[in-house]
Amino acid sequence: MIPEDLDILTLLIAIVTASACALPGVFLVLRRMTLMSDAISHAILPGIVLAFFLTHSVSSPLLILAATATGVLTVIFVELLQKTKLVKEDAAIGLTFPALFSIGVILISQYTSNIHLDMDAVLLGKLEFASFNKLEMFGYSWGPVSLYVMGGMFLLNLAFILIFYKELKLVTFDASLAATLGFAPALIHYGLMTLVSMTTVGAFDAVGSILVVALIAGPAATAYLMTDSLARMLILSVIIGCVNAVVGYLLAVPFDVPIAGPIATVTFLVFGLAFMVVPNRGLIAIARRHIHQKWEFAQTMLVIHLLNHEGLPEAQAESEIAHLHEHLRWEPTFATRVVKHALNNRYVSQQATQLMLTERGRTIAQQTLVQ
Amino acid sequence: MQAPDAKAIQVTDLTVAYRETPVLWDIDLDVPPGVLLAIVGPNGAGKTTLIKAILGLVRPAAGNILIYNKPYDAQRRIVGYVPQRGSVDWDFPTSVLDVVMMGRYGALGWIKRPGKQERELAMNALERVGMEKYTNRQISQLSGGQQQRVFLARALVQDATVYLMDEPFQGVDATTERAIVTLLQELRENGKTVVVVHHDLQTVTDYFDWVTLLNIRRIASGPVDETFTPENLRETYGGRIAFMKNR
Repeated sequence: MIPEDLDILTLLIAIVTASACALPGVFLVLRRMTLMSDAISHAILPGIVLAFFLTHSVSSPLLILAATATGVLTVIFVELLQKTKLVKEDAAIGLTFPALFSIGVILISQYTSNIHLDMDAVLLGKLEFASFNKLEMFGYSWGPVSLYVMGGMFLLNLAFILIFYKELKLVTFDASLAATLGFAPALIHYGLMTLVSMTTVGAFDAVGSILVVALIAGPAATAYLMTDSLARMLILSVIIGCVNAVVGYLLAVPFDVPIAGPIATVTFLVFGLAFMVVPNRGLIAIARRHIHQKWEFAQTMLVIHLLNHEGLPEAQAESEIAHLHEHLRWEPTFATRVVKHALNNRYVSQQATQLMLTERGRTIAQQTLVQ
Repeated sequence: MQAPDAKAIQVTDLTVAYRETPVLWDIDLDVPPGVLLAIVGPNGAGKTTLIKAILGLVRPAAGNILIYNKPYDAQRRIVGYVPQRGSVDWDFPTSVLDVVMMGRYGALGWIKRPGKQERELAMNALERVGMEKYTNRQISQLSGGQQQRVFLARALVQDATVYLMDEPFQGVDATTERAIVTLLQELRENGKTVVVVHHDLQTVTDYFDWVTLLNIRRIASGPVDETFTPENLRETYGGRIAFMKNR
């Protein structure tokens, strides 16, 4: 009975972590700052290690505070570098976070080799053990600490977005208008970055520094493909994050691999699926539209060709079905199919061996030429 | 409310520099209320920077800017801004109506959400720019001209007294250009002051009644018929004004 119980708790932690990450991810994707979350998730390591030295505990609130501060510092560093105009944003990110991360790595390998803070956990997290770390208060066990931390993060993110929805939307869409209207974009920006840092620190414990980026960016990028409304994008992002967590978890159990791996893999697969099949902007929809446009365009060429020669001496030769492909320099099979489509659409009618424009076909040709 | 002789915008000794390179040198500019003013000048003349400085978006190295005798911070509510169309991401997941309602956010203040009243104001503004059929359209599906109209509608709902517009005619079709001109002249007739960064020298005399010639320095500023002279243009653009032969 007990292992089953633990499994449900682990799954719950995964779901809550995914939900908490999916919310700020939406704004990072829209602000083209997903790389910043990557930077933050790595750069918080020295903050975590230093706080660990002070507290000798991996779950102290000071740890979260220190790591969050390091995350915000990373954002400030990157922006300072960028402001010099000597370094572009991507390079600034690429310079900042490895530097901070490596400091963390050195600190860990030098001073904590015997302590419960190892590189595997840093990179991949330890979701499978997260439910063992119970909150003990008043002599009772109140369930996994992670569940409270990430549940709290989810609520905090949700509250921030609900309260400042209008401001976040405006600053993300048009920061200069926001500034002229008196909504301090910098304040909103750093508010958001603080939340991203806190969420990352919380999720770090469960999924590690690499996969937290998948939780932040993946669901939001998937949701972005699926909707034209910011509110729906936020809701979808959370739902997709939860689905990824559940499916990933269910895959991890039979294959007996660290849970964070399958979750990230599923995140990518779900994105790929959306990328293919979403209506209007998915790859399949685009391909179908291209094919449709190709035939539409060919039919338009055909009716314009017929219109141009209509009533002229050469009209008979030009509208002979058997010779159309020669006049238009089309492949014979292509020409046959275009004629078939055009007949089906009643753009043209067949009289003996010749094509004649219908009223409809003539209108289309004329409209196209007028444009 | 304002003293009758108050300038709509008064810029004194404004210098803006990016690092040590000055973009605007010691600009003095008085914009009387109720004019439709074009800011013209070659690329890199500092036209956009001037507008951004007036809006407090760039910090001046020196100088002072007043709007109806008060600094911008005290006058936010009466200033409407139309940024360059290309300054935002038109793939942002939102609708036309939503973007226009953003113009009311300043009046709403922090946290408070737009409601029925904002929606109605936005609908009215969309009608004024001829975009009422596109209310629920996703903004990525708009043409350049339509995007510009949406931006104008967003400024209209601000119900400002002073409008600052950065190249509203940039890359729009002829129909939209006419619609925008009509709208700008309507604003002026209602006593608004409209300042427009403008590129097309050919249309300055037709569209505007005041003009500021700018090329890092302020070359000249005043009513179009006195100010928009070949001598001033030559000073602004150097020798490159051969196409102005119709003047």
